This record gives sequence, structure tokens and C-alpha cells, in this order.
Amino acid sequence: MAEPLLELRDLTVQFPSPNGWLTVVDKVSFSVGRNDIVCVVGESGSGKSVTMQAAVGLVQPKGGRVTGGSVRFDGKELVGMSNRDLNRVRGDEIGFIFQEPMSSLNPAYTVGEQIAEVVRRHRGASRADAWKRAVEMLDRVHIASAASRAREYPHQFSGGMRQRVMIAMAVACDPKLLIADEPSTALDVTIQARILELLRELQRESGMSVLFITHDLGVVADIARRVVVMYGAQVVESASADELFARPRHPYTAGLLAAMPQVALERGQDPVAIPGTVAQAHAWPGGCRFNPRCVYRQEGACTTVPVPLEPVAPGQDALVRCALAASLSDTLREAVAA
Amino acid sequence: MSAAIFPAPGTAAPAVPLPPPSSFFKRFCRNRTAMISAIILLLIVLTAIFAPYLAPHDPARSSLRNILKPPSAMYLLGSDDLGRDVLSRLIFASRLSLVASVQAVAIALALGLPLGLISGYAGGWADTVIMRCNDALMSFPALILAVVIVGLLGPSLTNAMTAIGLVYAPRIMRVVRGSTLSVREEVYIRAARALGCGDARIIAYHVLPNVTGPLVVQATVLMGQALLAEAGLSFLGLGTQPPQASWGAMLGTAFPYMAQSPVPTIASGLVISVTVLCFNLIGDGIRDSVGRMRRSGD
Repeated sequence: MAEPLLELRDLTVQFPSPNGWLTVVDKVSFSVGRNDIVCVVGESGSGKSVTMQAAVGLVQPKGGRVTGGSVRFDGKELVGMSNRDLNRVRGDEIGFIFQEPMSSLNPAYTVGEQIAEVVRRHRGASRADAWKRAVEMLDRVHIASAASRAREYPHQFSGGMRQRVMIAMAVACDPKLLIADEPSTALDVTIQARILELLRELQRESGMSVLFITHDLGVVADIARRVVVMYGAQVVESASADELFARPRHPYTAGLLAAMPQVALERGQDPVAIPGTVAQAHAWPGGCRFNPRCVYRQEGACTTVPVPLEPVAPGQDALVRCALAASLSDTLREAVAA
Repeated sequence: MSAAIFPAPGTAAPAVPLPPPSSFFKRFCRNRTAMISAIILLLIVLTAIFAPYLAPHDPARSSLRNILKPPSAMYLLGSDDLGRDVLSRLIFASRLSLVASVQAVAIALALGLPLGLISGYAGGWADTVIMRCNDALMSFPALILAVVIVGLLGPSLTNAMTAIGLVYAPRIMRVVRGSTLSVREEVYIRAARALGCGDARIIAYHVLPNVTGPLVVQATVLMGQALLAEAGLSFLGLGTQPPQASWGAMLGTAFPYMAQSPVPTIASGLVISVTVLCFNLIGDGIRDSVGRMRRSGD
């Protein structure tokens, strides 16, 4: 594969807390190829959203700081790039969709104006051209009678429709990469499926890459080509979607799969929750960060030294961060097999 | 209250879309007190604009044979201590009084709006510095500070209104800062940044329109207060200088002769009260109508 479109290498992000700086993203590395769909999966607090916000320079306004690593996007280094230059990349080459469709549109403007603004800003289009583009985009995200709805205000749209508007805004400049931060989480299931369908369709038509942040493995199964699993601010496993669902290499991934109602139903069992709660940034356990919740835990190997992220086998591009990966391989495979 | 504020358009199905501008006016028009106030104020403004055509006499010409006359067919509201027609002077004074209020509020806005936006948006030390200066300014009684400033700069209407504007700037600033603080945390601000907007653009394009509601209300109410402050300062002889007339100055000159001729005092006092009341009621009306329409559920 040629140079990936987006490559994160050892990205580290810290946020201030009463006890000093907390590392909420710890040396995260992964890449997104061109024309690719990658999902970043993890529970709340695993650092997945912050990772992506840090990648495009959105954590500084919230008080965070990037303390190390690099983010290469299409040949450009984004870490340390000036805000002015980042603003040229954001919205133009990288589109961003947020989780809360109800509040991510400005109530003071019509949706058409908001989409047109992005186009005008990045493309220097005239008012009329930008408006034309806005209507075209609304049409592309399947909003019926786009020309008249473009003149309406966000409060006149439902949640699913607003998310479509957000998507239209994010892809209005034909970005090379679309980062979608749990775009369907706040929506009900049928709308969720349609939003995913829309994203997949846009991806197919434009050939852009999509980086999807979610905690819903059902969504992952639906859309992803590659999956990155995060736990405790680190990447714990990364593999192609098929591989990951067929052969999880990390006990956490296997646990997530076993907790999926769809998977459990296929096996005629109840979904199994992972015991315990997510480790917190101020109190990482020693060794593997998942060890207090892991059913395969072994004293010593799992609890003393930090576990590195390594290829599952020499020459493979699937990675796992588990000290017992080799010995657990078959056990985990059986645990999620139908 | 809320039932009247949020009429059908906001809560109805999106099938009958009404853009907010028209629904704002609709709601405002339905508010009878505010509407009547707006009409009265409009009449006052028109009077000020067309003063030369409406005034029955030259407001500056005195007639020493007609000093302190009671109302008559010739002098509808009587004459003052120099024999000038009170009605004509009231009509012409409306110009000065209104312009003075506008001037004061404009100065307050020019200072308060940008500082409030910066203070609320930037936070941190900028906010601390601006807000402490704000507190210091606010802890002075408005009129006393204005008197001091006029004392330093010399009595004139412009100086007086600059002083009033300066004194009112913190109130604008507080309102703007407060709204900015809440708007800043909205997801659409984050979304705007993610779509490539710089800080300046976010403030001007995304924050400002969302703080205008409370801002307009505050500005309207301040118009009334500025009018009152102008009247107060002119009454004390620190604002409008003779031979010009503002309502406050007229009240001040008529007051000593109240026993002989009460009508000029009452007339100018009444005009001031009615205008201030109109401003306040309009402010209330706008506040009730401008509330951002949002459907609570989905």
C-alpha cells in the first residue's frame, strides 16, 4: 500500500486535572488508507474521541495538550501546525461530524446558509454558487425538496435530518477524510441504519476515507473494513474487520463481542457483560491496563510490565497488545464462535 | 407565560415552516402593551424628525410680554419663564433627548459588546482583567460618575452622554459575556471550529447572532435609562446647555416656576416618563418574543 492518507504515530494527549496532567491518549498509532473505512472502537473514556480531536487540533481550546507523536495527513504534519493552517485543512480536506445532531447546527442560520458558509470559506465560491452547492449537498444526503428546505432553520428539522445536514456540511468540500464521531449514537435504530447507509453511499461515490468513532460493534460490523480497538487510552488491537470478528486476539475485544446481543443470540446465549468498569486515567493498573477485568489474567505476565502492541504473527498487519496473545488465540476464537 | 411566548409555529409539525423572523414579529405584534408602546415611540420619533413642520412657534423666540402664561389657544401648553412656547420647545427637545439616548447607548454598545464577547469567549486572564475593571466601574453610582466626568470635561450634552455611555458599558458587557459563555459551550461552536472557522470568525459569525436576543433587550431598556440620565444631568445643568432644549433641561428650567405655572413642568415630566416607559415595555416585549425557538423533544 502507498503512503496512507492519515497516519497517527505515538500520539499522546494530556488533559489537566487537580492531580496534574492526565494522559488520556497514550502513544496511539494507526493509519487510515485511501478509500478506506476504519472504525475506532472503545468504551466511553477509552480516549477514542479525544484521539481524533487531537489529530485535527481540537483539544487545545478545551485545555488539553498534545505532548508527543505525529499526525501525518496527506503528506502534511498536523501536530504543531498553526491554527490558521489547520483551519484550512479542517472542513476542506477533513470533514468532521459530531455526536449531537440536535445541537451541532447554529440556530441563528438556515441550514442552507450554514452549508454555503463552509463552501464559501474554503472554496471562495460566490454567494450564489455556494448556495447552489448547499442545495446540491442537501439533495445528495437525500433531503426531500432540498431547495426549499435549505431555507429552513435547524429547529425545523428532526434529529436524523439534522445529522444529514451535518453530513452535508462535512462533505460539502469533498474532503479526503471524513471523521465521524459517533454520528448515529444519539439517533434511534432505524434512523441510525439509514445514516450509516448514507455514509457508505457517500464514501463509495466520492472515494473519500471514513474514520468512524463508535462504541457500537454492531455499527462496526456494518461498515468497517479495518477496526482499531482502544482501551485505557491505548490501542489494544487492530485488524481487518473480518479478521477481528472471526478471530479476536485480545480478551477485551472478545469480551466486547460476547457482549453484543447479535452475537450472543446467534449462539443461543445471553449477552455477557465485561465485569468491572473502565480504568480511569488517574489510576491505570500496572502492567496490562485491562488486567483487573480480564478473565484470563495471569499474575506476573499481565500485572507487572507494560504490554507492547505487537503483530499477532511475524509479517501480519493485525496488531494486539496482550501478553498471552499467542496462548489465548484459540480460546478466544472458540469463545466467540457461533 | 410560556404558552403565549411559544405560539403555534414553533411547536407545530415542520410541515408548515415559518422562518423565525416573521414569527418574531408575529409574537411581538401579539403583545399588545409592547405594540402600543412601539406605536407611541414611533410617533415620538416622527415628531422629532418633523419638528420644524409640527411646532407651532419658533422654539427659541422669546416674548417677554408672554412670560409663564397658562395654556391658551396660542400657547397650547403655556409659555416658559422667557416667554417661549412650551409645546414647540418640547417638540424640538425630543430631537436632542432621543439623539442623546442613542448616543449613550451606542457608546455603551461600542465598548461593551466587543469586550463582553472577548471576555466571554477567551476566558482566562483576559476575562479576569476585563471583569475586574467592569466590577470597579459598576460599583460607582452611574449618575455620580457621570457628574464627575462632566465636571472634568466641562458641561455639554456630548460629554454627558459619553459619560453615561461609559457608565452603561459594563451592563452591556455583562449581558454579552453571560450569553457568550453559554453559547461558547454549544456543540455548533465546536462544529464550526472542526469545519475550519478561526476564532474571529466564530465570534462574529456564530456567537454574535446568538447573543443578540438578550443584547437587544438590554439596549432597549438602557435607552430608557439613558433618557432618564440625560434628563437628570440636564436638570442639574450638566447636560444640555441653553439655548438648546432637551426634556430634562426643560424640566430643570420649568421646575422653579412650578407654583406659578405647573403645566410646563408636568408636560416635560410626562413626556420623559412616557418615553422611558415605552422603551422599557418594548424591551420586555422583545425579551418575550425573541426567545430562541427550539423544539424541546425531537
